Amino acid sequence: MNGQLHTISVLVEDKPGVLTRVAGLFAARGFNIDSLAVGPTSDDGLSRMTVVVHVDRKPLEQITKQLNKLINVIKILEHDPGEAVERELMLVKVRAAGEDRPRVMEISTVFRANVVDVTRSTLTLEATGRPEKLEALLELLRDFGVIELSRTGRIALARGDKGIRERGARSKVAAVGAEEWTGGGV
Amino acid sequence: MKVTGAQALFKALEGERVDTVFGIPGGAILPAYDPLIDSKVRHVLCRHEQGAGHAAEGYAWASGRVGVAMATSGPGGCNLVTALADAKMDSVPIVAITGQVPSPVVGNDAFQEADICGITMPITKHNYLVTDANLIAETLREAFHIASTGRPGPVLVDIPKDVLLQEITWRWPEEIDLPGYKPTTKGNLRQVRSAAKMIMESKRPVLYVGGGVIKANASKELFRLAADGRLPVTTTLMARGAFPDAHELALGMPGMHGGYTAVTAMQKADLLVALGTRFDDRVTGQLAGFAPDAKIIHVDIDPAEIGKNRNADVPIVGDAKDVIAKLHAELTRQQEEAGGIPDRSEWLLTLESWKQTYPYRYDQSADGPLKPQFAIERLYESTKGDAIVVAGVGQHQMWTSQFWKFSEPRTWVNSGGLGTMGFAVPAALGAAAARPDKRVVAIDGDGCFQMTAQELATSRTENIPFITAIINNAHLGMVRQWQELFYEERYSQVYLSYDVPDYVKLAEAYGAIGLRAEHPDEVDAVIEKALSITDRSVVIDFRVDQREMCFPMVPAGASNDDIIVGPEGLRPTNEPAEAPVA
Repeated sequence: MNGQLHTISVLVEDKPGVLTRVAGLFAARGFNIDSLAVGPTSDDGLSRMTVVVHVDRKPLEQITKQLNKLINVIKILEHDPGEAVERELMLVKVRAAGEDRPRVMEISTVFRANVVDVTRSTLTLEATGRPEKLEALLELLRDFGVIELSRTGRIALARGDKGIRERGARSKVAAVGAEEWTGGGV
Repeated sequence: MKVTGAQALFKALEGERVDTVFGIPGGAILPAYDPLIDSKVRHVLCRHEQGAGHAAEGYAWASGRVGVAMATSGPGGCNLVTALADAKMDSVPIVAITGQVPSPVVGNDAFQEADICGITMPITKHNYLVTDANLIAETLREAFHIASTGRPGPVLVDIPKDVLLQEITWRWPEEIDLPGYKPTTKGNLRQVRSAAKMIMESKRPVLYVGGGVIKANASKELFRLAADGRLPVTTTLMARGAFPDAHELALGMPGMHGGYTAVTAMQKADLLVALGTRFDDRVTGQLAGFAPDAKIIHVDIDPAEIGKNRNADVPIVGDAKDVIAKLHAELTRQQEEAGGIPDRSEWLLTLESWKQTYPYRYDQSADGPLKPQFAIERLYESTKGDAIVVAGVGQHQMWTSQFWKFSEPRTWVNSGGLGTMGFAVPAALGAAAARPDKRVVAIDGDGCFQMTAQELATSRTENIPFITAIINNAHLGMVRQWQELFYEERYSQVYLSYDVPDYVKLAEAYGAIGLRAEHPDEVDAVIEKALSITDRSVVIDFRVDQREMCFPMVPAGASNDDIIVGPEGLRPTNEPAEAPVA
């Protein structure tokens, strides 16, 4: 994959087809989505998508501009690394029979994961955290045998006291010469 | 007041002051065709939904208003797809209304069901599936607003049959709320000042004018900017008519088949002022070699176009009319401050000398064969240019753009971005419906003509006459040209035939007048005859030299510096890196 990993929060109207519009736009312009998480917000009628995409700076600018053109997209925020809280939830079913079981339990404790299901031969763990933490946990669990894995994809909130809607037009947009630009579509 | 969804649809269309829609009825849209009988809206019954779609586009191009097409579900909507994609690429404001199978069976593979919202999502500016008749008026208002504002484009509204039949209390929404759609129209003044300063410092400026100037109705503002700043102007294929070709500052069309002067002026410029244009590959040629010494001022209403293909030194997001007016005011002020227009006489003299040395040209010998450019030039001269000219896609389109001297905006209608063969006849129908006061002349290729000729029937039965001049070279001419130049004259699947069909008989079968010219000395008489007929459509079969090629030409993937001015400039070339597309 090319480019860097970028996390983008997209505030959208909760209308039919909006997920297809956003996902379709990435596909049509040739970008692979690394992860995509969608959920309701505290505002009625608005959903928030968190999209993680591998892309260089210039195509990223093009994709955010194109996203902004979607009528149902209200606001886009590109998270600068380190300036956002990013979390993910993972469920993982791992082989844990016999003497492996306490070892898996021990790893689980170190990573503050919860055991949410137990069978004679397996443990299912629930873990949350930064994606790197989950990767590290997963790496250790692979030694025992991962049977099944499900991850939510990343969600993110910018640090600081402002919500996504209170943030001004992003610097990249200002750079195209529209200080008055409100982030609306075209 | 109680109304059905279908009645609400027409009340909403009337509320949007729609006078004409182009369409074809069918099962799912049937309920809408009943209140149509009592409506003030004129319905033009087309013969193919693609024709209805292009007619709506032609209407929009010629009038500046939103064109409307109607079709039924499934195949009806699917047949609109090409026109929607065309309108998206060329930013043409149209609204398509499609019937959908009844809500309870949506998703059940019902008869004539297609997920038209899913299909058209990437080729519309926006689309809607209306699930409640109470939302029809509001949705239509939003659709017209979205189609016609910002960067214009197509919007599709899909309405299930049961929603058209649903009874509701009529309400006209005075206001609509689109929180995610707020186009920036006012250009930033600080950026405008920087742009004016950059123009003042430029020794070799060129205004690179695109279709956005026509969409924004900014021709007057453009004229003042060019005239008062003594700035030479190129008008792209989409912008023909935005600036009068007869003006001394007009350089004509740039691009793959543009004139030497326009292409080379942009190559040698130290500043391009790009107005409502998108640095399309047909204009830039090989992007890396395009206008290498030029700084860029880029004005566009779509922020996504700025910096997409070429970085802008001064980007300005806004409506062309607003920004050009501001730029004119600021430039005039700076010129006064500086004591006059900077001396660029050397640049202007150079451009003038290129114009003299490298005009578009062709050789018409008195005894034939008939050259396509001659037929087009005679059409121009005979109409004195007082017509709306419509073209399909290919050689005839390029020759028309080259040899027609435009003086007004909205007198040129064609398919630019998508390159849709078959565009001309239905688009001419739409343009003629929009502008019954104007003579409409479609200049079409023989290949193009056969794709949508059925709309001649519509022209006759709806009494919307126009002239179609077929530049009949018996070939898919542009493809033939590429095979001659880049495929060692190995002609593959490009021969169509001069006389199958017999275009004169075909015209007559459609209730039009059919005329033919095969020799140069027949051209004037045929055109005179065609222009004397105003009550029905005319088809002229100009049988032209099949070997004539379109020049100048910048081969695909080549730099604009490598422009081939005419056949004598041909040299052995390897196949261009890019796959040939006409």
